[in-house]
Amino acid sequence: MRHVDEYRDAAKARSLAASIAALCEPGRRYTFMEVCGGHTHTIYKHGIEDYLPEAVSLVHGPGCPVCVIPMGRVDDAIDIASRPDVIMTTFGDMMRVPGGRGSFLDAKAAGADIRMVYSPLDALGIAERNPSRRVVFMGIGFETTAPSTAMTVLRAASAGVANFSVFCNHVTILPAIKAILDSPDLRLDGFIGPGHVSAVIGCRPYGFITRDYGKPLVVAGFEPLDILQSIHMLLTQLAEGRCEVENQYGRVVPWDGNAKALQAINRTMEPRPYFEWRGLGFISHSALRMKDASFDAERLFDIPGSRVADPRSCQCGEVLKGVLKPYECKVFGTACTPETPIGTCMVSSEGACAAYYNFGRFTRERVKEATR
Amino acid sequence: MKVREEQVLDRIERARAARPRLREDRVTLAHGAGGKATRTLVEAVFREAFGNPLLDRLDDSAVFPVDGAAGPALAFTTDASVVSPLFFPGGDIGDLAVNGTVNDLAVAGATPLHLSAAFILEEGFPVADLRRITASMRRAAGEAGVGIVAGDTKVVERGKADGCYITTSGVGVVESAPSGEVLPGDSVLVTGPIGEHGVTVMLARGDLGIEAGVASDTAPLNGLIADLRAACPGAVRRMRDATRGGVATVLNELAVDAGVAVALDEDAVPVGPAVRGACELLGLDPLYVACEGRAVIVVSGEAEAAALAALRAHPLGAGAAVIGRVEEEPPGLVLLKTSFGGTRVVDVLVGDPLPRIC
Repeated sequence: MRHVDEYRDAAKARSLAASIAALCEPGRRYTFMEVCGGHTHTIYKHGIEDYLPEAVSLVHGPGCPVCVIPMGRVDDAIDIASRPDVIMTTFGDMMRVPGGRGSFLDAKAAGADIRMVYSPLDALGIAERNPSRRVVFMGIGFETTAPSTAMTVLRAASAGVANFSVFCNHVTILPAIKAILDSPDLRLDGFIGPGHVSAVIGCRPYGFITRDYGKPLVVAGFEPLDILQSIHMLLTQLAEGRCEVENQYGRVVPWDGNAKALQAINRTMEPRPYFEWRGLGFISHSALRMKDASFDAERLFDIPGSRVADPRSCQCGEVLKGVLKPYECKVFGTACTPETPIGTCMVSSEGACAAYYNFGRFTRERVKEATR
Repeated sequence: MKVREEQVLDRIERARAARPRLREDRVTLAHGAGGKATRTLVEAVFREAFGNPLLDRLDDSAVFPVDGAAGPALAFTTDASVVSPLFFPGGDIGDLAVNGTVNDLAVAGATPLHLSAAFILEEGFPVADLRRITASMRRAAGEAGVGIVAGDTKVVERGKADGCYITTSGVGVVESAPSGEVLPGDSVLVTGPIGEHGVTVMLARGDLGIEAGVASDTAPLNGLIADLRAACPGAVRRMRDATRGGVATVLNELAVDAGVAVALDEDAVPVGPAVRGACELLGLDPLYVACEGRAVIVVSGEAEAAALAALRAHPLGAGAAVIGRVEEEPPGLVLLKTSFGGTRVVDVLVGDPLPRIC
């Protein structure tokens, strides 16, 4: 397949792996964080760690939007969805995310009208076809998905659709990275930067990471060779004593981002003073809310503003900060599995725990034994 | 390997092997998706209520002797079709209902004889659509060489069903059942490109706005399987049709039941370009996407070439391929050597966010 196969070439991967190994200084260990859940998924799905030398390890960051939704927000969404005149619309990944009182899937089985959509425009279509119902779209995701929510709201406004609103849970990546960098127990040598988010915000906003914290960042694409090449670029920077923001994903990411998408976000949404992140706690100016109250489900429905403490046994926070590997969490693989997720990292296919459980838990040593 | 990681991995494998517990108070869509949740519901409710040696095998068909142990054996199976939309490129709910039951008999090693069909119709359903569906069923039954010899009809009030549901049951005569034994060194084959039915139905719903020019693979497999059995008698270990949950789920069940590992080669798994493209766009893995005219077949390693040749000689098996091998270790797991040169686990589908497809 064009534009895919060339980024999955095993011969090129072997050659890159050899260069990566050659760049590692003897006796030194390197730890890089892939910020984006999409990268985590790719790493496990294609078995990228099989190509890395022992000296290089990857830790998983906070970039899975489903994983960072706190349980209270899920409960609030179910509260809205359970009202008889409401149709709640959401992406498939949200259906199994546990709140304090069950998931969307449970609420749907109990009678709530919750529908899965593939785009916010589909939700707007449902609103147009059901004028007597109030249709709410659960907006979720980083700067990657926020523009499509924003464009949908602009379209709803110009078409005069009055029964459509957004329960806005859009979050922004930079404050989360800053929170991780400020975490005292963090040991990182650099970042594999999020590709899709950067297609919107560009590369320039990451400057503070190199300038203030001295960590290199390479914005990376989502094919396996993209990730190997980004690791190679990070190691090259370290070997040459450089610390810069570099763009490996130039075929998609413009250095200055996408002005039209940013403009749509700015026209419809504004930063919240603070927002709670699953496992990371409250982070200031880290999320967006709707500017126009008539499109803001939070204000239209007078939500309870639930706060639910994460289960004591759940260590999603440490996993999201890269302090723990998924298998080091106390409940990983026993109480918390993809079918019985306690933490959100186990729900989405982009969550570090689900990716490790589904694809990666058969480690390099065992693979060698089995395929020898 | 770190001791902690090793302990956790062992614990996970023990937990996977344990009997699943049903935790939900209500049935959710995940219970119908064909993966772990479906298996849990079947184990915790149906098997607990109805359990008997024939049912407990949880095979596609129950196979039992009718005239003492030495007499001929019958295979008996049933299937409910609730696909939406009812009509899609390559087929409709009618041929799906017939082919699904025929295939459940065929993979049990049976020659299908007769089917029954029960219809649940929603008030207001157009008779013209019903005629179109029954014509399709007649064609499919003719192709498979079976008759629809009994039936039932119920009509429910408007809003209580999705137009039309069909339940088909079938009986067949078993001449030579697969041995059921799966051994290290056996070969794993698939009878054609995978995922075409699932992707077709998803796209036919029109929610995704993708045009991919793909058609369902729905087809009766009894002729193909009869040719295979004739070409390599005694070499077929086990067969399953890869419906909900796809090839990955079939192989996981096989690996757990037989206590073996299955090592797949991603490059060898046949996936058509349209299905591959749609799966890339939608973030799906074709290994989990449903087929309605493809079987996964395990044959002895020695019979691999003969089995592949026999499958490829039949029009429905032209795209057959050897996709992997049965290994001794680690028991219960399916591993995939990725095209990229890595290795990963292919686990059972958990619960999917996809529209229902069969």
